[in-house]
Parts: sequence; C-alpha cells; structure tokens
Amino acid sequence: MNWIYNPWPWYVSGPLITLVMVALLMAGKRFGMSSNLRTMCTICGAGKTSGFFRFDWKAQRWNLVVVLGVIIGGFIAAHFLSTDPSVTINPKVAAALKIKGFENAGEGYMPELLFSNEVLTDPKGLLLLVIGGLLVGFGARYAGGCTSGHAISGLSDLQLPSLIAVIGFFIGGLVMVHFLFPLLF
Amino acid sequence: MRSIIYLIIGIFFGIVLFKSEAASWFRIYEMFQFGSFHMYGIIGSAVGIGIIVIQGIKRFGITSFDGKQINIAPKERSFSRYMFGGIIFGLGWALAGACPGPMFVLLGAGYMPILVVIISAILGTFLYGIFKDKLPH
Repeated sequence: MNWIYNPWPWYVSGPLITLVMVALLMAGKRFGMSSNLRTMCTICGAGKTSGFFRFDWKAQRWNLVVVLGVIIGGFIAAHFLSTDPSVTINPKVAAALKIKGFENAGEGYMPELLFSNEVLTDPKGLLLLVIGGLLVGFGARYAGGCTSGHAISGLSDLQLPSLIAVIGFFIGGLVMVHFLFPLLF
Repeated sequence: MRSIIYLIIGIFFGIVLFKSEAASWFRIYEMFQFGSFHMYGIIGSAVGIGIIVIQGIKRFGITSFDGKQINIAPKERSFSRYMFGGIIFGLGWALAGACPGPMFVLLGAGYMPILVVIISAILGTFLYGIFKDKLPH
C-alpha cells in the first residue's frame, strides 16, 4: 500500500484521468472544469451585465458538485494520502528556479514565493496571482474550454478546434516561462 | 442520489490531480521548460486511451447509463478564438501554475493564496462575458 503515499507515476495518473472523463460521459455529462467559472459568474448575478451569463445555471449544478468533490479530493490527498508532499522536479530546473528566488524548488508542492500565506501581504506576489487568474479565466472562456475540455476531452474526440486551442496553451505557456519570467523574477 | 455520483467522481479526480502532481506549480513550470516527461506522459496517456475509448463508444454505439447516445458536441469552426484564447489561457496557466481543475484541488489541500487565483479567474470569465462581442471569434 506504500505506493499510494508516493507520487503517482504518469502511466497511472493519465489513464485515471481518462476514467474520470469516461465516467462523466457514461453519466450523460461532459468533462469540463472551466465552465464552472461561468456558472459562478451567473450565480453572482453577472446576467444583469451580459447576456453571456443569462442561462439556466441550475442545469450546471451537477458540475458544481464535481468541483465540491475536487476540493474534498484535494483535502484528502494532501492530508491523508501523502507523507511527503515535495515534488521532485528535474534538478537542473530546480537549481535554476532557486536562483530566481523560488527557494523551495524541488522540496515543496507549491512555491513559497507565490503560495505561502505571506504572499497575501506582498503586493508583487499578489498582483502576479491576480494576473494569472484573470488570464486563465478570460482565456479559458475565449477558447471555449481549458485543459479538461480541450486537451483531454476535445483531443480524445479528435476535434481540430481543441488541437488549435492546445497549441495556443503551449505558445502562451512557453512565452510566459521563457520570455516573461526573466522580466518578472 | 445522482449528486453522490458526481461528488465521488469529483473526489476521485481531485485525488488523482494532487497525487499525480499535475496540480503542482513546479510540474507546470518544468513542463514548459521541457525538463521532464512526467506531464507529457500524463496528458499523452490520458488522450491516447481517451481516443481509443471514444472511438469504441462511437463504433459500438455505447449509450450512457440512462440510455442516451454519447457524443461530445463538436466545437464551432474557428481559428482565432481557439488560438488567441488558448494563448491567453497558456500565459495564465504558466504564471499561476494552475488551470481550473487543480485550482480547486489546491484550495482543498489548504494553499489559501489560490483563493486569489480562483476569484481572479471568475473575474476574468466575467470580463470575457463583457468584451465577448468586441473580440474576434
């Protein structure tokens, strides 16, 4: 049973993600996490401002239940299924990150520079989290899906729009990491 | 009753995302640095098996548990919305190190600053709704 406490290898995790997609299909639903962000906008009353948010959000309640489950799953995995949460990334990548100020690279699950509670009083860190979130939310809806809807579901269904979106995800990610990170960190 | 099924699927998904380290900021950064096969293996094997399963569902006409036909609705034809939207999403994915699934995993795992990312992502979705008609689609 020790394997469960260690990080799960890709050849276990990948197929299990497919299982999640298939389970939702068999339940008559679609795998897509970012559409929940739109539902949350509607619940907050965004329908008053834009017709984009005027839809029957109750039909999406099942997906909010999935989100609730994901939160609980994160809690269970972090507190009961992990003895050492450190993520052993490529030592060269970790060393380069340390020079940039990400001191716990290779030793933590999340960088303290951005995800320790001190960031809440650090204007720069806070601003980067806000910008990151805005881009993810805006981009996911503009592209009509995120990693689950496009990269997993859409590609599995051999849809060309999803391939274009995933190529876009990678262009954006590569630009951020290779061209913008040197300016930011 | 059905809610229990969605809850269990969500819990399972959350555990897989955390334990696979796909919810780790470091893994996303490492992926964009081409530093490891790990993330490519996760996405690649998920899609590879997904293609086989979806083709099987289509070929054998497998229906959902309540007897309905399974089909993933085809996305509308366009280039610009997928490319521009994708690039914007990718910029945020690499910076925040979390996409819309892992965000909620990290909330459950107790990383409170992720709440800033989640609220901003909801706000970003709202901004898209406002500017939607002015953007090329």
